[in-house]
Amino acid sequence: MMTRWARILLAVAALSLVTSYVAPLWHIALKAPQYPEGLGMYIWSSKITGELRSINGLNHYIGMKEIHPEAIPELRLMPQIVAGLVGLGLLAAAWGRRIGLYGWTGLFLAGSLVGLADFWRWGYDYGHNLNPEAAIRIPGMSYQPPLIGPKQLLNFQATSWPATAGWFAIGGLVIVMALSVLEWRRARRVPV
Amino acid sequence: MRVATLGLVVLAGCAGQSGSPIGGSGDAASKVYVAPGQYDEFYAFMSGGFSGQVTVYGLPSGRLLQQIPVFSQYPEKGYGYSEESKAMLATSFGSVPWDDAHHPQLSTTNGEHDGRWLFINGNNTPRIARLDLTKFETEEIIEIPNSGGGHASPFLTENTEYVVSATRFSVPTPQADVPIAGSKFGGLLSFVKVDPKSGHMALAFQIHMPGFDYDLSRAGKGPSHGWSFFSSYNSEEAKTLLEKNASQKDKDFIAAVNWKQAEQCVADGKAKQWPAKYAHNLRNEDGVATTEMLTSAAVLSPKDCPGIVYFLPTPKSPHGADVDPSGEYIVGGGKLATILPVHSFSKMIKAIADKAFETEIDGVPVLRYEAVNACEVQNPGLGPLHTEFDDKGFAYTSVFLSSEIIKWDLKKCVVVDRTPTFYSIGHLMVPGGDTRKPYGKYVVALNKITKDRYLPTGPELTQSAQLYDISGDKMQLLLDFPTTGEPHYAQAILASKIKDQQLRTFALEANHHPAAVKAEKDVKVVREGTTVHIYMTAIRSHFMPDNIEGVQVGDEVFFHLTNLEQDWDVPHGFAVMGANTSELLVMPGQTQTITWKPTRPGVFPFYCTDFCSALHQEMQGYIRVSPKGSGTKLSFNTGQ
Repeated sequence: MMTRWARILLAVAALSLVTSYVAPLWHIALKAPQYPEGLGMYIWSSKITGELRSINGLNHYIGMKEIHPEAIPELRLMPQIVAGLVGLGLLAAAWGRRIGLYGWTGLFLAGSLVGLADFWRWGYDYGHNLNPEAAIRIPGMSYQPPLIGPKQLLNFQATSWPATAGWFAIGGLVIVMALSVLEWRRARRVPV
Repeated sequence: MRVATLGLVVLAGCAGQSGSPIGGSGDAASKVYVAPGQYDEFYAFMSGGFSGQVTVYGLPSGRLLQQIPVFSQYPEKGYGYSEESKAMLATSFGSVPWDDAHHPQLSTTNGEHDGRWLFINGNNTPRIARLDLTKFETEEIIEIPNSGGGHASPFLTENTEYVVSATRFSVPTPQADVPIAGSKFGGLLSFVKVDPKSGHMALAFQIHMPGFDYDLSRAGKGPSHGWSFFSSYNSEEAKTLLEKNASQKDKDFIAAVNWKQAEQCVADGKAKQWPAKYAHNLRNEDGVATTEMLTSAAVLSPKDCPGIVYFLPTPKSPHGADVDPSGEYIVGGGKLATILPVHSFSKMIKAIADKAFETEIDGVPVLRYEAVNACEVQNPGLGPLHTEFDDKGFAYTSVFLSSEIIKWDLKKCVVVDRTPTFYSIGHLMVPGGDTRKPYGKYVVALNKITKDRYLPTGPELTQSAQLYDISGDKMQLLLDFPTTGEPHYAQAILASKIKDQQLRTFALEANHHPAAVKAEKDVKVVREGTTVHIYMTAIRSHFMPDNIEGVQVGDEVFFHLTNLEQDWDVPHGFAVMGANTSELLVMPGQTQTITWKPTRPGVFPFYCTDFCSALHQEMQGYIRVSPKGSGTKLSFNTGQ
């Protein structure tokens, strides 16, 4: 069985994902000489907010497809996946068996990696599948936004970082991974 | 840095015709220098005088920030030409596309600037305009009936309850075809109610006064709240050669109006409804102006409502009637007087109670001068006009003939400093200097003449304002800056009070303009008889549609353009060859309409006039005009 503290922390980690219903997961910031105040795009579990209209307007010069959140099926699926993860996490905490912790940690990690990979795939698609008749065509240039960190895209400096709910999720993931290691060591009676 | 600044000033002095800088001093440059990218401390709203507009300057830099069209057509913004704005210039005389703008007034609450609206009067065809301070646009104009020149306007009561307008030219009241000489004229003091939420104006009542010329006004504040003071000249009631005939008496009057009591008399049914005709022009949230023609006005005679107005004798042909921040003193700027009279509100109330009357004119009691006068400032210079106040108990009066500003101690009633202006100062302005809370940092001189102050530009020279530092004991000239039109009067507000309320774009979802097109797929061209409506969109960097055919000579074409941008500082312009109107300048999210009457067959270009993007030069299209009765079908497209 897990310790009482481990079970509480597992429940906390599961609940940290609830923030994704009230706060964005990821933030892409764009800055250019003409946009000293910057343009922003916030990715939530169920929607994309920010200056999408302006970003779409600018992107048409390079032939990028318009970003229409309603056309992204992941935004309909993600809230349900998160709900499932939270439920399973709470069940695992109630159950209290180590196998539940390991299983949930694995599921969360896998889900996060799949999510990031999917985000990258969308970014790749937007950045590479460009209208060949676009006004601005630079041979060899693609406009894939960075997955994390800064990147210069023509006159725009794009910067991508986790947002509030993203940091909560990362925090939750770090907690359960640490817990898994500690519980595994405790089970094998390895002194901490 | 100090050496460099001094060097510049000396160089500038040498370049000038007079060999050394007149006025100003070595550290002046650093006091008005606002570094690139930095903001000014104040917005100054300057009357454009006979340009009919309002200009916005930053202080202390004197940089021109914006020109807001009010009473005059302004093709740069399509103002007075677009279908949406045309009605703003409607009057009972038809469209009057010009006026003489005089006195900007910032709205107040508890006698302090609240940053909601700016009012300004049109003197020629009496009108009052209200400008919105989130959009910097004229939203409403109301004409004032039964008046001959709206000069004592648009002064505001302490909580913007009323905006007033009094006639500068007395006229037959009501208007009539009578001989000029020998006929009795009247002067009306108009009180226009301002709705505290919407700002909408409505003529509440007019007070029928003797036929003097009413010049300027200020409302009471604090203890004198509920009263308004109007200066008047030509109590001689001359109708010809006024420069002599209106300057005969030693004293004219300041009329003190108890508007709270007048309000009560109107409520009690003591006013008479006069037939009148005047326009009320109002823009809705989509910027579409409509005109309502109104047909009657409530006129109150002082005889029917005793106690609403008293005359305070004031030497001589007074201009200003300026109330100090405490609300106790009323300063008369007697432009032909040798002293500057300061009246006391509390003495006036006592004089009224004591019935200290000298005589009565047309039912208006005249109070005895000694019974209302607090003191007389000696040696004010020649031609004192207008007074504003700082927050340290000093008053600043502009003096026209001797071309100077005098600073005087309000309590001691003595001049403590004087400084020349270049040249012939009219009004002056201390930011907040007519409110209960002046910012005693600067005084701005609004000059009538510049002569040798700038590079000459033919017979007509620039108009000019001058900025003085009044934070120390001595006034110090800091800056001359040219202005648009005559900078008749100005008001300034702390930038922090309105900077953050500025609208950046109009929300496309909130655009309910009947001709709006919110998506490119919805554009259309519709013919109704000989009228063609083109419902089109603009977004960087194309119009939709940009090829239009099937228009005929003799048609009237309406271009309804919606700017689909939702990005800050991306207006699109629109101009079509041969238009007898103007361009359009459409803000993000807005719809505007311009008309075009093609007069010859051909293919005519239209294009975006406001540099919007890297492909602005490509933002263009064609409209084909066929002869009347041609079989060319109506069609339109973009990108096919």
